[in-house]
Amino acid sequence: MMWRFDRHLTGLAVEDEFGGKLTYAELRHEGRMLCQQADGRCLVFCLCKNTMGSFLGYTSFLNDGVVPAMLPADIDRAQFDALYEAYKPKYVWAPADFELEDSCCRYERFGYRLLQTPLGDITRLAPELALLLTTSGSTGSPKFVRQSYQNIRSNTDSIVEYLHLTSAERPITTLPMNYTYGLSIINSHLDVGATLLLTDKGVAQKEFWTFFKEKGATSFGGVPYTYEMLDRMRFMRMELPTLKTMTQAGGKLLPDLHRKYAEWCRDTGRQFIVMYGQCEATARMAYLPWEKSLEKVGSMGIAIPGGTFELIDVDGNVITEPHVTGELRYRGANVTLGYATGSNDLIKGNERGGVLETGDMAQVDEDGFYTIVGRKKRFLKLFGNRINLDEVERMLKIKFPDVDAACGGRDDHMTIFATDEATLPAMRAYLTEKTGLNGSGFFTKGVPEIPKNEAGKTLYMELEKYDD
Amino acid sequence: MTNQEKYLRAFMEALEVTAAEAPTLVYGESRAWDSVGHMTLVAALEDAFDVMMEMDDIIDLSSFEKGKEILRKYDVEI
Repeated sequence: MMWRFDRHLTGLAVEDEFGGKLTYAELRHEGRMLCQQADGRCLVFCLCKNTMGSFLGYTSFLNDGVVPAMLPADIDRAQFDALYEAYKPKYVWAPADFELEDSCCRYERFGYRLLQTPLGDITRLAPELALLLTTSGSTGSPKFVRQSYQNIRSNTDSIVEYLHLTSAERPITTLPMNYTYGLSIINSHLDVGATLLLTDKGVAQKEFWTFFKEKGATSFGGVPYTYEMLDRMRFMRMELPTLKTMTQAGGKLLPDLHRKYAEWCRDTGRQFIVMYGQCEATARMAYLPWEKSLEKVGSMGIAIPGGTFELIDVDGNVITEPHVTGELRYRGANVTLGYATGSNDLIKGNERGGVLETGDMAQVDEDGFYTIVGRKKRFLKLFGNRINLDEVERMLKIKFPDVDAACGGRDDHMTIFATDEATLPAMRAYLTEKTGLNGSGFFTKGVPEIPKNEAGKTLYMELEKYDD
Repeated sequence: MTNQEKYLRAFMEALEVTAAEAPTLVYGESRAWDSVGHMTLVAALEDAFDVMMEMDDIIDLSSFEKGKEILRKYDVEI
């Protein structure tokens, strides 16, 4: 059991934007009704939205030993089908209008249905396996991160400790439930008996702020894009007396914006907390204590309680001096079990042994505060979603076999380079559709040739020169 | 270009939709008009009509028709 709902029975667990609410006692009862139908440990695909039905499914399954695989409700159908084939879930928990061939509805609640698939119950699950999550902005491959009960418990304990969470908190949702950062907010707040404010609306929508003010939200989290958007909306002029805490993760915020929010929070008696994490570490690995947010602008802070960092040089040695760049390595009980690429991997145990090579390049200062300076692997983030550039290139190669193309760019700005300019709009449209991300993050550039070395490897440094 | 044309063009370019689709769109109900698309649209409208929209108007901009109403406050007749 992940959470002890019986400790907070009379407290409100959740309120939604349509007037729905559940106490912890009601949530426990609703969860029992749902899980009775699921009938024992098995794999369920959860199609997530920030709504009551989605919330009930996730919390109940996790608490009852049913393994949820979290996917966005607006997932590309071809991608859903590929995952469905690869993992053969026993059930799909989905909005009532979701259609699944040869399935039978076992239970319906809050606009969601538990669909029993015709695949039976053939997937074998390792006893410690709790949850499956995609590495966000998921493209092509049916890859999941395998998280254990111990991972989630450990990360939840750390977060509750460093954010000093209490039952008085009322966090409002700004991130999807299938996204590890959004999920960690739910996990940690349910643990202390706080009240989650659920809305599928975004920060640029009026209904979001109406709900925020009506219900007196005390905190929210955001990726860099959220904070850029709020800044452009002149958010700091808003009257939000109940807002106490803002957290930021999902990529590095521009230092100027970091400073701006830190100053505003200092001047208005709020806390601005920059954090760092990955799905492979359940959610969080580091945080910058709010008292240090101005002094350490640009830094993502120190390891969370129970975790440790090391910086590794090119020879594999641990770096001991400050201000030397190395690959960031993390150790802690929240380092996940490993990946899965199909149902056969769900029986696997712990492949990482508590150690994670983050793939991020970082430095540490004299006071022990870490700053991310780059990435070892070829990926970038679009609106907080990780995009693996090699994987995206492979997808283009399969769909457009006759075109020589490569991908590069920076966070919130991915560029597709190709020699055939006429195909670029189609490539861009294809990636927009497959990733489900807004097209404004994808740029195109026609180039005379894709620069390559003698071995045929793309020279990305050369390529970037073409990018404006 | 008339204001009406400029207005339509801002929607088409910011949200990457056709002239026929633009008037039917509602914020949050299509992939094109998500939060990222919304901020692109606001920037496009601000550029097109040389205005600075207030936060209340930015979050109130929820449909093609609503946008016209909001711009009227900034003395822009569509």
